[in-house]
Amino acid sequence: MSTTLDQVVLLARRSVVRTVRQPANILGPLIFPMMLLAVNSGGLKAETHLPGFPTHSFVAFALAVPFIQGALFATMNSGTDLARDIQTGFLNRLSLTPMRGAALLAGQLGGAITLGVVQACFYLAVGLAVGVRPASGVGGVFVLLLFSALIALAFGAAGSFAALKTGSGEAVQSLFPIFFVFLFISSMNIPRNLIGVTWFRDAATINPVSYLIECVRSLIITGWNGEALALGFGIAGLVAVAALTLAGRALPQRLAR
Amino acid sequence: MAHPNTIEVEGLVRQFKKGPRAVDGINLRVEPGEIYGFLGPNGAGKSTTVLMLVTLLPPTAGTARVAGYDVVKEGPAVRATIGAALQEAALDPLLTGREHLRLQSALQALPREDRRTRSDELLERVGLTEAADRKVRGYSGGMKRRLDLALALVHRPRVLFLDEPTTGLDPQSRSALWQEVARLARDDGVTVFLTTQYLEEADVLADRVGIIDHGHIVAEGTPAALKAEVGRPTLEAIPADPGDLERLRAILARFGEPSPSSKGGAVRLASADGDLAAVVRALDAEHVRIEQLQVHQPSLDDVFLAKTGRSLEGAADDDDGMTMGSAQT
Amino acid sequence: MRNLTVARAVAWRTLHNVFTNKALVIPQLAFPLFFFAAFAGGLSRIHNVPGFDFPENYTSFQFVFVLLQSAAFGGVFTGFGIARDFEGGFAKRLLLAAPHRTGIVLGYAAAALGRWLVTAAFLTVVGFAVGIKVGGDGVDLPALYLLAAILNTAALFWACGVAMRLRTMQAGPIMQMPVFLVLFFAPVYVPLNLLNGWIHDVAVINPVTRILEAGRSFIAGQPTEVAAAFGAAVALSALFSVWAMRGLRKAEAAG
Repeated sequence: MSTTLDQVVLLARRSVVRTVRQPANILGPLIFPMMLLAVNSGGLKAETHLPGFPTHSFVAFALAVPFIQGALFATMNSGTDLARDIQTGFLNRLSLTPMRGAALLAGQLGGAITLGVVQACFYLAVGLAVGVRPASGVGGVFVLLLFSALIALAFGAAGSFAALKTGSGEAVQSLFPIFFVFLFISSMNIPRNLIGVTWFRDAATINPVSYLIECVRSLIITGWNGEALALGFGIAGLVAVAALTLAGRALPQRLAR
Repeated sequence: MAHPNTIEVEGLVRQFKKGPRAVDGINLRVEPGEIYGFLGPNGAGKSTTVLMLVTLLPPTAGTARVAGYDVVKEGPAVRATIGAALQEAALDPLLTGREHLRLQSALQALPREDRRTRSDELLERVGLTEAADRKVRGYSGGMKRRLDLALALVHRPRVLFLDEPTTGLDPQSRSALWQEVARLARDDGVTVFLTTQYLEEADVLADRVGIIDHGHIVAEGTPAALKAEVGRPTLEAIPADPGDLERLRAILARFGEPSPSSKGGAVRLASADGDLAAVVRALDAEHVRIEQLQVHQPSLDDVFLAKTGRSLEGAADDDDGMTMGSAQT
Repeated sequence: MRNLTVARAVAWRTLHNVFTNKALVIPQLAFPLFFFAAFAGGLSRIHNVPGFDFPENYTSFQFVFVLLQSAAFGGVFTGFGIARDFEGGFAKRLLLAAPHRTGIVLGYAAAALGRWLVTAAFLTVVGFAVGIKVGGDGVDLPALYLLAAILNTAALFWACGVAMRLRTMQAGPIMQMPVFLVLFFAPVYVPLNLLNGWIHDVAVINPVTRILEAGRSFIAGQPTEVAAAFGAAVALSALFSVWAMRGLRKAEAAG
């Protein structure tokens, strides 16, 4: 009998291979965030003149956003792939093997984490190429990659839950606008303390995505900010736990055995 | 001690929530090494039965044992003994044929040193060696079905479930698949449970046939025995003038048992040669003009017609809610 | 005349399908609203940046961009519908039935405009409710909407040309991405004079910049670069109408 770890590795490998064989799933998460970074860096550069803006480099300020956008793409890809397995009956094929249900989920997410870290490396490389130097140094880079893995896990689990619950790729795709709203109504483009409109500032304050962005941002432009790191890791951890719990509950219902 | 590879079903029921009773108390037994054909129109309950026997759908009531293991209480043991090629080919379009077999053999815990050999052997057996390293999305329907069969055989199952394995295939692919299934049963002693809506498939392949309709088994036996039950040839006539239908039926009734006919009148003859001429003479004497006259040798469709009053080949209008997705609810 | 008959039929069907389908109507209304909230709400402090030369409030500044964006994407979303029609086979029915096929493209264009007018009305009501300020005597406002309408048509022709050439829903990103880039390589967040570096150079040659700046001047009641803006919009429309018609010929040839 193969061990759970063997099964996880097998299924994670499959998850990565599938993503690599769908160029749009690779290029999208890499190129679209960079395009948005380029556009926003150019268009919002004037923001650095605002009193209280934390850095002179808008690129450094905005570089945090692709890490979170990349996680959103992880959600979509992970969920869509799993939904496709359900729709085609491939999940039933896997169900008929000794594969453990937990291995299926772990394998899927292992693939999402791998890709999340690769994406993070790419964003960092682009940042370095345009002159951004993380204030937290080499240690901060490792922490950043760890955080990227954690949010890929959290959002990947959310996408997997949506897939297991609905069995539909279209339903998973329909989550994208919702995540997009969370991304935009946040401190994505401006520090929270500089948001002029009260309702927007309040919304960004209660939006957990703001803290994820600020965690990454602190490693890039501030250095070691304990509060930002604690909030970021804490929220990512909570989302991961909640999403994994939900996905774990939905899985047996879907496997039906 | 290994259990014999039988399939035993008693009072099996599947009731969907707010839906039909798709399987309504069926009993059957399949002997080791037998090819059992499960024949019925769309929506009869064939796929639902298969899903229950392969442990993907829990029964609402009744019991089923596959290779001696209870499908509800001993699911993992059942799954270790069976192979299944279900209604959808269930393949990942982004993986190659060889990658599918490697994945399947790894998940089935074949020893690492055996995986490559087994994959190559199965690819050869189903004729996919040349296409093995192409992604499945480029495969034809026949190739997908063959790969599906290969995947079901990776771990050398003792019982094989095939759910409409040749639907949509060209005659050549269908014939190749039949040969392989027959070989598995004959040479490897695999018990095969095969669902189909094709009469010819059941006739050619199956040792015994169970005919299911609206969740009930309406007939069971060897194809020859079932046809013999229906027995003698049936003569069917369609009058040129629809107004002559009753007279036609009355004349035919003198020559044997009336038989259902959707188009005209029909009678099961005592013997074809003598009676046919006599029928024609009688119709002529009564000036009943005939548009069409046919003699049918008994077929499994006649068996179905005799048992249900409907033709199997025209019975494809039933609701078909029994897809894999809906079967999950 | 016959073209108009065909166009009317196609437009009616498209509009009927959109407005009886919540999954199509809601994003069409929600997304521009969402961008309006995110930009005007989140970035309002940018108005305080030295050199930010816009007489009205930031909400009005962003209203113009969001209106034009909704117009452009309205055209693209109708393009998605055209691709869906081809993929599902319905387009064959249209090509067979319509005696004058140019009317098909015109019909889609009319439908895109019809869809957008509803969005524009909705956005306008919301805009006034949240405090957009209109300068001058407001006479220039219709010119803003006219500009947006022409942009909507240009975007529809672009998307139509792509849809008719590729005839698959997978053409969606190809329709959408260039429009997205062209919109965002204009002075989205600040006026042109506050951009510098490569983004300024790109914005200068981007025709949408003329349209956007003129639109903002209309809402401020101080129209500038009107001829350039309308010239750019009409030129884009004309160029992409040729693109769309050639796409139609390719679709006909493909059968």
